[in-house]
Amino acid sequence: MIQNNPIGRIIAHIILIVGILIVAFPIYYTFVASTQTLQDIIRPPLSLLPGGHFWENYSSALFGGIGKIGGVGVDRLLLNTLVMALGIAIGKIIISILSAYAIVFFRFPGRMFFFWFIFITLMLPVEVRILPTYKIMVDLGLIDTYTGLILPLMASATATLLFRQFFMTIPGELVEAARVDGAGPWRFFKDILLPLSKTNIAALFVILFIYGWTQYLWPLLMTNRNDMATIVIGLRKMIDFTDANTQWHLVMVTCILAILPPILVVVLMQRWFVRGLVETEK
Amino acid sequence: MASSTRVTFPNKFLPYLLLAPQLAITAVFFYWPASQAIQQSVLREDPFGLSTQFVGLANFKRVLNDPNYLNSLQVTVIFSIATALIAMAFALLLAVMADKVIRGKGVYRTLLIWPYAVAPAIAGMLWLFLFNPSMGTLAYLLRSTGYNWDPLLNSDQAMVLVVAAASWKQISYNFLFFVAGLQSIPKSLIEAAAIDGAGETKRFWTIIFPLLAPTTFFLLVVNTVYAFFDTFGIIHAVTGGGPGKATETLVYKVYNDGFVNLILGDSAAQSVILMVIVIAMTAVQFRYVERKVHYG
Repeated sequence: MIQNNPIGRIIAHIILIVGILIVAFPIYYTFVASTQTLQDIIRPPLSLLPGGHFWENYSSALFGGIGKIGGVGVDRLLLNTLVMALGIAIGKIIISILSAYAIVFFRFPGRMFFFWFIFITLMLPVEVRILPTYKIMVDLGLIDTYTGLILPLMASATATLLFRQFFMTIPGELVEAARVDGAGPWRFFKDILLPLSKTNIAALFVILFIYGWTQYLWPLLMTNRNDMATIVIGLRKMIDFTDANTQWHLVMVTCILAILPPILVVVLMQRWFVRGLVETEK
Repeated sequence: MASSTRVTFPNKFLPYLLLAPQLAITAVFFYWPASQAIQQSVLREDPFGLSTQFVGLANFKRVLNDPNYLNSLQVTVIFSIATALIAMAFALLLAVMADKVIRGKGVYRTLLIWPYAVAPAIAGMLWLFLFNPSMGTLAYLLRSTGYNWDPLLNSDQAMVLVVAAASWKQISYNFLFFVAGLQSIPKSLIEAAAIDGAGETKRFWTIIFPLLAPTTFFLLVVNTVYAFFDTFGIIHAVTGGGPGKATETLVYKVYNDGFVNLILGDSAAQSVILMVIVIAMTAVQFRYVERKVHYG
């Protein structure tokens, strides 16, 4: 009887559509702006329909010399961000799955100690220890390197905990059977554990890729050279409201280019992402 | 932990080998800097790094008595509460509506999860494009109604703008969790209440909302942590902590004191205080997770 309330459903649809319009509007507006000329953008109000300068703006931002930020092309910034996001996602998945495997499927002296050693890092985001971490990066000579951008952000226990939780649901009989059949630890890991973990790996990949792509404070500190900056940092450097020469139409293009890859990852891998997000953090 | 009957592999060296990469990264990039922060927080160093002396808890005392620090604590609390409430209320409304519709659920979800993928700093910039007084279309419309809108000069308006950007970005996340929470509420309960004559509003407040409490509480913690730590990019890109110090959050102040003003001891003391705050929040979250097991 609750399901058969057509008026209530229509109201629900209307509220959802209005909500989506509000949520999508800032992105849509920036997209519209990215297809207009500079003159149109700096003279509000802006038309709410895309203008006719899509190809012109996008090709000059991507290939022309004008879109350069401190002598660096947008393509280079996108590449840096991609390397960083992939590095964090893949690196963290590898080290986490290995350590969770060790903690769940082996008994060895110090096991609980190591578990807590890793677990405590869950609590402290990089934001609260920026200054000392930065100093260490300077001492190690890792400023302006991919290593410096990637490694410190891998030091967190979230993925390890997720894999540990999942591994503990794997029945002992499976391990027993594998051992009876003569499979060693490596064989078990490769042929049984990895295939079973596929969904978890996919979900984690999406979450960590987004995490890496959207970093701000750390790349801001770690990169001095413009050619090592990420797209978000580069974009921040382009924006200057006091400068009359700011190329706003190219800023808008860069903005769209910066948010498109992670949005595609989230939308295309939605199924794993949603399940992974809701299940891992529960 | 796993029970002792768990079947395992007998191997002496392999587990250490497997743990080695994570242990190395954790030691170098977590324990080393964290211990340095604690050490630095009880030392006083001159800005040129020429001399250092032990000052005990003096840095903490100074930081906690500093009106600027207390101001940024207040700013952070207001900012976090506003962001969490708006992001959660909006997401809950949409989730309840999405739970009602039969067709188009998947489409709505796809269209609502975008902002999750947008970097906080870019979220800030998007809102700035709309609302900056020199070229933002919405700012133009606001001003044409006679309202004196200038978030770059007016501190309350600056706060409104960063809260809007911060909560906008968090709606997707909250929406997904509320949808999952609503799905786990047994339909029979709601139907029974409907048969007893409870109207829609009454059903929501007496049945659905209380049963959502675990999800709501979890999201409250997550949103607060988000507002505390992940919104640095928004503040840095939109207001730079200004006007004055009206939007200077705690994390922004750690950055500003440490990297811009080079007051190392104070910055380290602030880092340690932040660590304590995070540990407290995580502890709260874990107690909740344990409790939730009983709810099933």
